[in-house]
Amino acid sequence: MSEDLVFGLYIFALATFVGYQVISRVPPLLHTPLMSGTNAISGISLVGSLVAAGAHHDLVSSILGFVAVTAATINVVGGFMITDRMLRMFKKGPSPSAKAKG
Amino acid sequence: MQATLISLAYLVSSVLFILCLRGLSSPEQGRRGIFLGEIGMLIAVLATLVKAEIISYEWIVAGLLLGSLIGTSISLKIPMTKMPERIAFSHAFGGLATALVGVTEYHKLRGLFSAFVPPPPGAVEHEISRLTMGALGFEVFLGSLTFTGSIMAFGKLQGVISGAPVTWKGQNAMNIGAFFATIALLSYQIAFPHDAPTWMFMFMCASGLLLGVLAVLPIGGADMPVVISLLNSYAGLAACATGFALKSNILIISGALDGSSGFLLSMMMSKAMNRSFANVVFGAFGTAEGTAAPSAGGPAKAFNEATVEDAGAVLMASQTVIVVPGYGMAVSQAQHAVRDLAAALEKRGTEVKYAIHPVAGRMPGHMNVLLAEANVPYDSLFDLDMINDDFSRTDAVLVVGANDVVNPGAKTDTSSPIYGMPVFNVEQARSVIVLKRSMNTGFSGVENELFFLSNTMMVLGDAKKTILSLVNEVKGGGGH
Repeated sequence: MSEDLVFGLYIFALATFVGYQVISRVPPLLHTPLMSGTNAISGISLVGSLVAAGAHHDLVSSILGFVAVTAATINVVGGFMITDRMLRMFKKGPSPSAKAKG
Repeated sequence: MQATLISLAYLVSSVLFILCLRGLSSPEQGRRGIFLGEIGMLIAVLATLVKAEIISYEWIVAGLLLGSLIGTSISLKIPMTKMPERIAFSHAFGGLATALVGVTEYHKLRGLFSAFVPPPPGAVEHEISRLTMGALGFEVFLGSLTFTGSIMAFGKLQGVISGAPVTWKGQNAMNIGAFFATIALLSYQIAFPHDAPTWMFMFMCASGLLLGVLAVLPIGGADMPVVISLLNSYAGLAACATGFALKSNILIISGALDGSSGFLLSMMMSKAMNRSFANVVFGAFGTAEGTAAPSAGGPAKAFNEATVEDAGAVLMASQTVIVVPGYGMAVSQAQHAVRDLAAALEKRGTEVKYAIHPVAGRMPGHMNVLLAEANVPYDSLFDLDMINDDFSRTDAVLVVGANDVVNPGAKTDTSSPIYGMPVFNVEQARSVIVLKRSMNTGFSGVENELFFLSNTMMVLGDAKKTILSLVNEVKGGGGH
């Protein structure tokens, strides 16, 4: 068991716990935005893709890295934009008293 | 020093990502949350770009530009009814990106083609630890599996691939065999990271790609909410594995957030169908477009077929109406018409509420987004637990393209495949109006006894057309 593995597992376990706590507070109403939002966040693999594409190792690496950067960017940019577009649509109704009048 | 600053920047990003998800606990804070997430991502990308390992920028800039272009155009144009497809599509890209990062890293460390062409001296860093090898293996396997699995899910949602569960003999045995072969190869590579032949790594990619296809092929359309959530979870785990391989904490954290979100959602979806994971993944049942299954031998059961006028009269006589939307509403794009009908009824003083089942539609929360798009205020949308006791006090229930979630047999008929699934108590309402294309059974192929109850009116035809005529009925009808 290497030091790195144990350290990584610490981070993983704590982040999973935080994720579980935070996400169980998301109401079913917002489950679709939650999914596209976490999708945008998991586009963080962009960080790895950028290094792959820019390390200038050889042509194979650069091309694979380029495809990875493109795919991850689609998720990041598209994910945040569409989540925002969805959230903008959720509006509260008029107050119950105003509704009863109709 | 620079490395420390980059790590600190990643820490800030990770915190912002958690705050982003925290914001999604209410619609009011949601947009602010997403904004924080965007800032977090920007910080992470900028911090990465100044890393010493990055020496050339042309491929990066090209990828960023192309990705932004595609991402922007998709998210601006896509209609809300296509959200499940768009989510499946983005899981595919997420899986692809992580798999490729893994392959590139392996290529750098071991030389992907060294089994065939000896690499030039110095081109390959022969330093690969067991941890890196193991993490890369998981990353590439899960990434490829998510990639093809999501493409299959996308194809099924789009109707390019049959939505019907495809099953054949020995299917599970084959999947399990491929899975264990992969695990065996990965274990060998972890045990001998320097000497394991590179074809083993390639085999793992191939087996991930194949298993993605095979695992989703047998799953039917109605189970898509679970499949999409599971793929979400896999994409997250793949990103996590990338974090272990590249020793990047921000990847581990973000992957864990995504993974736990997907896992939690799949748990909720399975629970809402009263099925275990194993059952969804291994036990495909039913046919896609079921034909009106005649009850064994007996005569076809009688049902009350009603006209639009009858249904309109019932609605106009009602004080309280609950709308139960299902996938059929998305298919016939009826959400705007539903909103118009509700508005017309509300104008007459009728109270209109919506009952949303967790698995209505093809992904978690699908119906909420559709109705929000049609300007239905979210405070009239209610979950199963919140509204189920109200049906007995309701004058009329309007079922728009929902089937299994309103099947009373799920509560009483122990032989039903959906027995035990939590359903709406619609049959307790004074009258039930069901809008349905035809008398065919739903995706699960289960007959719905609700349709044959004496207080149920069946209005057959396209839901959107029916509702538009209902709007005219209600508007034309005399006031109180």
